[in-house]
Amino acid sequence: MNKLFRWLSRLFGNNQSSSATTQEIANTAPLTEQQIQSIVTNQNPRFDLQQLVSACGQSVGKQRDLNEDSLLAITTTMAGNSGNLPFGLYIVADGMGGHQFGEVASNAAIRTVAGYILRKFHPYLFHVKTDTMEESFQEIMQAAVTDAQRAIQREAPGSGTTLTAALVIGQQITVAHVGDSRAYFIYPDGRIEPITRDHSLVKRLEELGHITPDEAANYPHRNVLYRALGQGEILDPDIFTIGFPQPGYLMICSDGLWGVVAEQDLIRSIVDAPNLQRACQNLVSAANTAGGPDNISVVLVQLIG
Amino acid sequence: MVVKQSSANYNLLTRSSALETRIFPELSDDRGDQGSPPPRQLQAGVTLAKRYAIQEVIGIGGMGSVYRARDMHFPSVTKLVAVKEMINSAPDPLVRETIVQNFEREANLLATLQHPSIPRISDYFTVESRSYLVLEFIHGKDLEAIINEANGFLPEDQVLSWAIELCDVLDYLHKHKPDPIIFRDMKPSNVMVNHNGDVILVDFGIAKTFQTGIKGTMIGTEGYSPPEQYRGEATPSADIYAMGATIHHALTRRDPRLEPPFSFSERPIRRINSSVSPDLETVVNTALEYNPESRFGSAADMKHALTAVARKTGALVRSPQTGTIQASGIKPLWSFKCEDEIRGTPTLFQGTLYIGSYDNNLYALGAADGKFQWKYPTDGGIVSRPALFEGNVYIGSEDKRLHVISTRSGKVVWTYFTNGPIRSSPRIAEGHIFIGSDDNHLHAVNLNSGRMAWRFETADPVRSTPFVMNDLVYAGCETGDYYAIDFRGELKWRFRAKRAITSSTVGLGQVLYFSSVDGTLYSLDSRNGWVIWRFRLGKASISTPCVIDDFVFVGAADGFIYAVEAKSSKEIWRFRTEHQVNGSPVVYKDSLYCGSVDGSLYCLEYRTGRLRWKFGTEGAITGTPLVYDDIVYIGSTDHQVYALLA
Ligand SMILES: Nc1ncnc2c1ncn2[C@@H]1O[C@H](COP(=O)(O)OP(=O)(O)O)[C@@H](O)[C@H]1O
Ligand SMILES: [Mg+2]
Repeated sequence: MNKLFRWLSRLFGNNQSSSATTQEIANTAPLTEQQIQSIVTNQNPRFDLQQLVSACGQSVGKQRDLNEDSLLAITTTMAGNSGNLPFGLYIVADGMGGHQFGEVASNAAIRTVAGYILRKFHPYLFHVKTDTMEESFQEIMQAAVTDAQRAIQREAPGSGTTLTAALVIGQQITVAHVGDSRAYFIYPDGRIEPITRDHSLVKRLEELGHITPDEAANYPHRNVLYRALGQGEILDPDIFTIGFPQPGYLMICSDGLWGVVAEQDLIRSIVDAPNLQRACQNLVSAANTAGGPDNISVVLVQLIG
Repeated sequence: MVVKQSSANYNLLTRSSALETRIFPELSDDRGDQGSPPPRQLQAGVTLAKRYAIQEVIGIGGMGSVYRARDMHFPSVTKLVAVKEMINSAPDPLVRETIVQNFEREANLLATLQHPSIPRISDYFTVESRSYLVLEFIHGKDLEAIINEANGFLPEDQVLSWAIELCDVLDYLHKHKPDPIIFRDMKPSNVMVNHNGDVILVDFGIAKTFQTGIKGTMIGTEGYSPPEQYRGEATPSADIYAMGATIHHALTRRDPRLEPPFSFSERPIRRINSSVSPDLETVVNTALEYNPESRFGSAADMKHALTAVARKTGALVRSPQTGTIQASGIKPLWSFKCEDEIRGTPTLFQGTLYIGSYDNNLYALGAADGKFQWKYPTDGGIVSRPALFEGNVYIGSEDKRLHVISTRSGKVVWTYFTNGPIRSSPRIAEGHIFIGSDDNHLHAVNLNSGRMAWRFETADPVRSTPFVMNDLVYAGCETGDYYAIDFRGELKWRFRAKRAITSSTVGLGQVLYFSSVDGTLYSLDSRNGWVIWRFRLGKASISTPCVIDDFVFVGAADGFIYAVEAKSSKEIWRFRTEHQVNGSPVVYKDSLYCGSVDGSLYCLEYRTGRLRWKFGTEGAITGTPLVYDDIVYIGSTDHQVYALLA
């Protein structure tokens, strides 16, 4: 795995000279077709079986006493009827509610969603099953979110949390998303692509054209959500399935990261790092360097092989 | 909705402490049940505060249930009350205390109000972790239930008269002294319609000063609230917007909680329910204006506007508008008549159209003019779709054979026998022809030798057309078993639907799509057979899906053509034809073409499902249209094949 990263570092400049690197990224991206091709070929022969690798990072930030974010990352393989399948579950939940117990909500969300999903997959993870499940990935996600909604209303009524959960099976990522935490695809050629849509007032106003993206960045009510887990009688999470980027990364993070660190710096923190763990550390410190106004949570995942 | 940090604080009402909280230690604490099933509801027969005998649950809300109870202080008459419960299961003492405070505030507020559309409150109390509010019982139903249970749209006049009454009560609240009361939570489930047909506003749960928390406050109901309320501003104008949203929901039956906020203008009332008068639509649109200044200045103004509409439209009877587009002036470029039904699908190759018929022949016709070139007779009906490869046409017949015919001469090159009628269509890939048969096998035939490479035994006839992707062959059979087979004829994985899979598969990326007679459209991971999503169709389906952009289109026996988002399995639109849709939809440029057993070929705008035109034939259409070079070709059971301008 180090070979690739060394190779990538060469491509994007070395992490020792970080100011120069910013320049270089701006100049190199997008990569030429050959460069992309060689990244692909470089990555291909590394494992003959597909595998997931992941890392995560968290920080309370510089301006809060409490961590209201919760995070989960599970990476394994599942013995299936068609060989070993990569299996991963990654969740970031950003609780809100202050005295109304944001951390209780985000914690309940993670526990309930992960508990539900792992119970469903238990027979497939720990026994040899020959037939596939009748329920679909999206139905399982939906049921898990509904379960979490009830748990939060029971354990911390009045509070709420964001939830961005990614279930990876084989090459398919099924995402359940409520609120303004985000999932991104990040490609080695320096592109970054949010795959979730914020359920926030500011995003909606931007979509409707009432404010410009620049105004959105400085909008005073950036923290108002119109959908949150634990809130409302009807919860309509965004649930969708999408192929894992190859080559590329899946990143899930709370707004303590994406709201604070510019996209270019997010990319740099990742591609400059020698491994995923360091990438997560870089991301967290980038957010803290920028003032760390909020709790920071990030998960990075890569599908190799 | 949630505000992570809010700075505004609004003092919206006066507090009167007309009623006191009494504590009854007679029920056990609910705090112990975290992580276990939701807190139990009270059972019929339980008596609260030695006074209210619970009869049944009449409503379920965010914090607890609403019960119907009998007030035992009136032993000689049956006096019914509504008892609203708030379960305080918060683990934190501070949170628990805040909840009780909110509850008491609601009770105190209600006690000061007097209006025919506001329920009278007679008592409240807290029993350990549950607080109760005792209200006048309203014989009736809430508006949400009325909307959901209605068969079709609610009559405009009905909605109009409720709206007028609601504006009246809003006007009363907004004129409250010394401070106006903002209801903040106007929506159908908080409006009851009593046995007289009058509306009553229930749930003053948040019609009060909201708490200013450092990091969070709940301030309303998503979907119905205006933009400024999301910013923490609660004004009379916000109630007017929610009023407009409630009427919009009642008239269109589209629940705004399932749509992005402020998207009402994307669902114009009269486009959904064309029987609504333009005047009423205008009033609702004004209430739903994005900027508060553009809405009605007061609830009284809105009430006047609604009254004016009611005066104008007056009568209860309205003639529904007819706006369906007819098949006018669509003439086929050419048509060709066979001797029996055409149930299959044509193929086009180098200016020649190939199509099989139940008169047992395979026809070759000039695509430009429909001129007969040759026909090739088999000994059975042909529903199979021809495949072309290097100058030969391949087709299955109910005579149990796969026929290979020279396109030039129309003469047989070779045939291949199976032990059952063939309804599946040939798929040519990797030097082989893959085809299913009613002999319960999927056959792989060598393209050059015409000999069997292998055959794979299935549980039942294979009538679907095999699909090839990632070095695997995919096919469903009539038991509902679905197989992924490698090129050596070995099973890679298997999936099982509840009923037959007659539909063929289409694949895109790593994902397979097919429908089943069990009434489901499936999306499977092609590598391992795990189910990504299932979409419920109204009825069975044998229609093969069509995948374009991020859309999956499919027909079903309920007569609908469905458009579903490939990523999320959300329905985008559905279009009703007059009979079963068994053929497959096809997309060409920005149109979708699909036949129906009702005899018509439909042309729809594929992003919206809006009808562009339809073309009627004399018989059912069960095949799939073919579109090439701006011409649509379709066969019908009226024995004809038609060519139409796309
Ligand atoms: N006074 C009443 N009489 C009859 N039914 C009622 C009454 N109050 C409420 N309900 C029913 O209970 C449901 C929930 O009540 P509501 O006060 O809105 O509670 P919540 O705050 O939980 O939404 C209502 O939608 C209605 O169907
Ligand atoms: Mg209510």
